Amino acid sequence: MKAAALLRRSETVIFLVLLLAMVGIGLVNPAFWQLGNIFSLLRANIITGIMALGVLTVMISGGIDVSFPAFAMAAMYITLLWMLNVGYTGVALPFLMATLIGLALGALNAFFVHSIRMIPLIVTLGTGAMVRGFLLGFIGTSTINIDKMPRQLIDFAKQDLTSFTTEDGSHIGLTAMLLIYLGFALVVHVLLRHTMIGRAVFAMGGDKEAARRVGFNIPLTTFFVYCLAGALAGFTGLLHVSMIWLANPHDLAGMELDVIAAVVLGGASIFGGRGSVLGTMLGVFMLVMVNNSLIIMHVSTTWQRVVVGVIVIAATAITSWRDRKRAA
Amino acid sequence: MPAPLIELRHIGKSFAGVHALDDLSLALGAGEIHCLAGENGSGKSTLIKIISGVYQPDHGEMLFDGEPVKAMTPIGAIARGVQVIFQDFSLFGNLTVAENLALSNELRDKRHVVSWRRVRRIAREAVAQLGVDLDLDADVERLPTSGRQLVAIARALMSDARLIIMDEPTTALTRKEVETLFRIVRDIQARGISVLFVSHKMREMLEISERITVIRNGKLVASGPTAEFDEISITRAMTGLDLTEAPYVWTPREALPPRLEVTGLAVPGLFSGLDLAVAPGEIVGISGLLGSGRTDFALTLFGMHPHYQGEIRIDGTVVRITSVQDAIAHGIAYVPEDRLTEGLFLSQTINRNLLASSYDGLARHGLLDLAQARRDAAGMIAAMQIATPTGERPVIELSGGNQQRVVIGRWLMKEARILVLNGPTVGVDVGSKAGIHRKIRDLAVEHGLAVLMISDDVPELVAHCNRIALMHRGHFEGVFETAQTSEAALADRLKALA
Repeated sequence: MKAAALLRRSETVIFLVLLLAMVGIGLVNPAFWQLGNIFSLLRANIITGIMALGVLTVMISGGIDVSFPAFAMAAMYITLLWMLNVGYTGVALPFLMATLIGLALGALNAFFVHSIRMIPLIVTLGTGAMVRGFLLGFIGTSTINIDKMPRQLIDFAKQDLTSFTTEDGSHIGLTAMLLIYLGFALVVHVLLRHTMIGRAVFAMGGDKEAARRVGFNIPLTTFFVYCLAGALAGFTGLLHVSMIWLANPHDLAGMELDVIAAVVLGGASIFGGRGSVLGTMLGVFMLVMVNNSLIIMHVSTTWQRVVVGVIVIAATAITSWRDRKRAA
Repeated sequence: MPAPLIELRHIGKSFAGVHALDDLSLALGAGEIHCLAGENGSGKSTLIKIISGVYQPDHGEMLFDGEPVKAMTPIGAIARGVQVIFQDFSLFGNLTVAENLALSNELRDKRHVVSWRRVRRIAREAVAQLGVDLDLDADVERLPTSGRQLVAIARALMSDARLIIMDEPTTALTRKEVETLFRIVRDIQARGISVLFVSHKMREMLEISERITVIRNGKLVASGPTAEFDEISITRAMTGLDLTEAPYVWTPREALPPRLEVTGLAVPGLFSGLDLAVAPGEIVGISGLLGSGRTDFALTLFGMHPHYQGEIRIDGTVVRITSVQDAIAHGIAYVPEDRLTEGLFLSQTINRNLLASSYDGLARHGLLDLAQARRDAAGMIAAMQIATPTGERPVIELSGGNQQRVVIGRWLMKEARILVLNGPTVGVDVGSKAGIHRKIRDLAVEHGLAVLMISDDVPELVAHCNRIALMHRGHFEGVFETAQTSEAALADRLKALA
């Protein structure tokens, strides 16, 4: 690829901005570059990142999903209650179960979007509220803390790729869960880029009617994107509580904004048809890094929300300006 | 003589009791360029959809290579080599040229995995077949309309097409691009592929086709070799009316100052040194290639380029027009080229569209006089002969010609003195075109409007303007009295500029 073409790619631009931001943050706060901080930064990418992969797919198809945090919590909580009830001691089956619950809820989104032709934002706002309400109203509101959390989940999520003890005696490690994130990223990348169903997602996001005429299976594609987003959310819900040793059904509320911000920041178009896994991963990294730096700099959490809001608006403005310029 | 590629016998199709097609028979020979002419709503689209398997006919039969086909489906039609190039091309703007070309192939082969090397190879072959130069890695939305059309044609050819149906292919093309398209159409024909060319541009039909079929109200009204037709006979067949009109003659009346006069009008970078005076009742045409500055000239009059230099006078008084509100207040009305996105609120009712600029005048003590508004709107619907049972129907249900009348009608409600029309009959069928032209003439004569008519369509200008200004690269190349020039002379001058 020629240098000019490489420079025009949104991924390159995000990467350069990211580098610049890292250098800037490092100058203001040298603690940023400490290995411990970098490791925790990467760890913080995992949950937002996996969910962003699902939202990216939905957004490329021309839709949007704001229901996934609720789905994640529902899948996680139902799975945990079942594990505690029967005293299940494995790891794989619970993750499969959470994934399938998420997938089923995603199918619900797809049903409303495709069969009843409702607007995705309204559908997912509605299903998200419904699922969260149902979870809190009928299943439970109590937090499952570390004493009751299944041991095997904690042990699973505790695994490190590499770890050592610093001079001052604190223990730092790079979590192995990063591999799960990278694995999912690779799978979604291959799906989107190198399979026909992935190209159907792009085609549908570009022009739904044309996609139908060329012969793409529109219902299948719609179900694919929402089910993938739901399944990833379900999986991530369980992974999230395994990593923090605490299962609170109220958790992750408001997370949809962070994830959508990251995806848009990563160059995906809010109008569909455009976006990449690499860009999204960079967007997630950028967002997590900004939040992380605000924490190191002791900025209050309310201000972090302001910053996320600004990022959403700025990134959307830039991408829609880009899309307008392309169309002109 | 071999059996025709496709033969339609006594095809009938009704929707909710209305005959869209009625006892229509048509034969398309192999390697034939056939023009299908008809006004909007004449049944052209229904016919295309029946051939391409989207609709099933209620009566009659369809033969393919002499064999009757029962229940044609879209997939069955594609399998028999029928390819339709829709007006919107059905391309994916967000994907590259290469992928757009290869997609249908990949789908037909029921592939699950995409090999980008194969995609490029397929695309390269497709472009080579067409003998054109296209950047395979460019996103389709970055191509001009003509480029996108080439992609659509290349894609259609790849699927072993035997018949390519082109729906209004020349609508958004410049003359030069039309010539390229025609060269390609003849190449396609040379390979034994038939082309069904759907159009309402007479000149182009006569130029490209071997046979012409004209339908009106779902019935075949004329069919035969192109040599048997001329513009007048096609128009007569399409509309059932004799629409040849006398050229517009304007006779200066008493010594009034020009309704509109511009002197030294300039917007840096767009045009400069424009001088033009238009008297009441004059219809002045402005022609020029795209990019000649003609649209910007119109927009300046309408207050969209507030930092213009030079002078604009209306009825002898110098005015400064720095906003659309100024322009409207001075009685300048502008009917944009793209009325669908710039001029109309499609989902709103006809009444609301007509009244959109008049609400200020209808307000009494801050409240709208709704009864008066309804009376005004009804009067305008009658005056403009908009075909609708009631003004409470959404504009989107109207045909292109009627929509155009709504836009013009809206400005008349404001008692415009100067009417600027940009492409007044683009996308409007012949019958409505004549109606709109008649209306414009009436307005000029009866209300003393000064009309500026911007158009690509030289015959249209020659037929309806008393003067024509030729614009090129931001200057007037000349202003001609229509009576002393001819269509051919103007067309030659335009060509020389290109």
